[in-house]
Amino acid sequence: MIDTTSPTTINVRGLTKAFGDNPVLRGIDFSVRTGEVVVIMGPSGSGKTTLLRSLNFLEVPDSGTIEVCGTTVKLDGKQKLTRADQKMIAQIRQKTAMVFQSFNLFPHRTVLENVIEGPVHVKGVDRVQAIERGMALLDQVGLAAKAHEYPGRLSGGQKQRVAIARSLAMEPAVILFDEPTSALDPALRDDVLNVMRTLADTGMTMLIVTHEVRFAQDAADRVVFMDLGVVAQDTSPGEFFEHPTNARVRQFLNLIEA
Amino acid sequence: MLELFLRSLPLLKSAVLMTLMLGLGSFALGSSLGLMVALARISDFAVLRWLAFAYVSIFRGTPLLVQILLLYFGLPYYGIVLDPVPAALLALTLFSASYLSENFRSGIIAVDRGQWEAAQSLGMGYWKTMVRVILPQGLRIAIPSVGSRLIALIKDTSLASTITVVELTRVADQVGAATFRYMEMFLMVGFIYWLINQILTIVQTILEGRITRRFK
Repeated sequence: MIDTTSPTTINVRGLTKAFGDNPVLRGIDFSVRTGEVVVIMGPSGSGKTTLLRSLNFLEVPDSGTIEVCGTTVKLDGKQKLTRADQKMIAQIRQKTAMVFQSFNLFPHRTVLENVIEGPVHVKGVDRVQAIERGMALLDQVGLAAKAHEYPGRLSGGQKQRVAIARSLAMEPAVILFDEPTSALDPALRDDVLNVMRTLADTGMTMLIVTHEVRFAQDAADRVVFMDLGVVAQDTSPGEFFEHPTNARVRQFLNLIEA
Repeated sequence: MLELFLRSLPLLKSAVLMTLMLGLGSFALGSSLGLMVALARISDFAVLRWLAFAYVSIFRGTPLLVQILLLYFGLPYYGIVLDPVPAALLALTLFSASYLSENFRSGIIAVDRGQWEAAQSLGMGYWKTMVRVILPQGLRIAIPSVGSRLIALIKDTSLASTITVVELTRVADQVGAATFRYMEMFLMVGFIYWLINQILTIVQTILEGRITRRFK
């Protein structure tokens, strides 16, 4: 169980974002404690992916406050980001890692090169050290044998495991997963989910947008349910799946469990 | 035809070298300039974007022959006198850069948006992302159209003959005038242009295969 007094890794207050006239986030408040595994669920269009992408500023929110590992960016109105903001964003990006639905491995680099790209060329880690650590991470996701292949030769599940190794190589304080198994055949999902479970067991802070009910039930500490751009419910997986009080949650669960 | 070929061989030899120098030289310079124009064209700064747009508009929108004549015959009125070869090289460079910039730009924007996002989420800034992630993929995508541009450029060097640069077309013209055997001379240089471009096509195909094979 997570110690409720442990520090927060992510703290979001009053976050809003609109695409044109379409408000996608309408005042999000939520936080993630260090070591917590939080699953975000919700119907499509509820803003869950936008929220996740806002946390490392792949999407720039309109207003609100985002605090990640003590670095705070405050957005007010629609004006451009200042240089100071850019600096904060760069800091946040170094402390967060992202795993994408479509993997986004670098196709022109080998598996190992993908994994050491960030450490060597962003953090300035010594190449030999980075390779050593990279191989250990590939071993951890069960793909050490593929280290010198190009991503084009891998299956979707293997690509996603490499992507997880690549994110771990940056030694992030939190990993953001954006529907990591949605692009995979059901048969390949378990390999990825098992890697994520192991990761959760090691105490990694994880924020995961997913529709994987089983994973949420047995690996998550909390489920955040988003609906129409707000956090409609924020509770334990047990509460969420067994005793859904919210009518929208019930509706949603019927839909995905059907 | 063979004796005519043998007789004009010394002239043709140096003419081929001049044609290759103009073509490959302006391609190298034009690629460098073109890449900078392409980067300016997709820049966040409106002024750079506008300048790049204007550049392409002017040098792609006017005939190469006019650009050559303007540099060679027009600039001396302003005290800038260029020798024929530098004038031709400059015109070909400026002209090819306008086209090549569009070839590069199309390669760059063809790279999946997710590649930018993956690089940024690793903490890479704009230039690091561009140099390490986007350009290696975008330039590969651009190879076929850039190759076409190079071949067009080799043929465009023939326009340098109008400002007395002794390249293939001018040699054919001169020898033709001296011997009245125009037909044979132009067939000959036509064949030489074709041969050069065939070789370049083969080189391009090999290069494309090499670069692509690894990660396809």
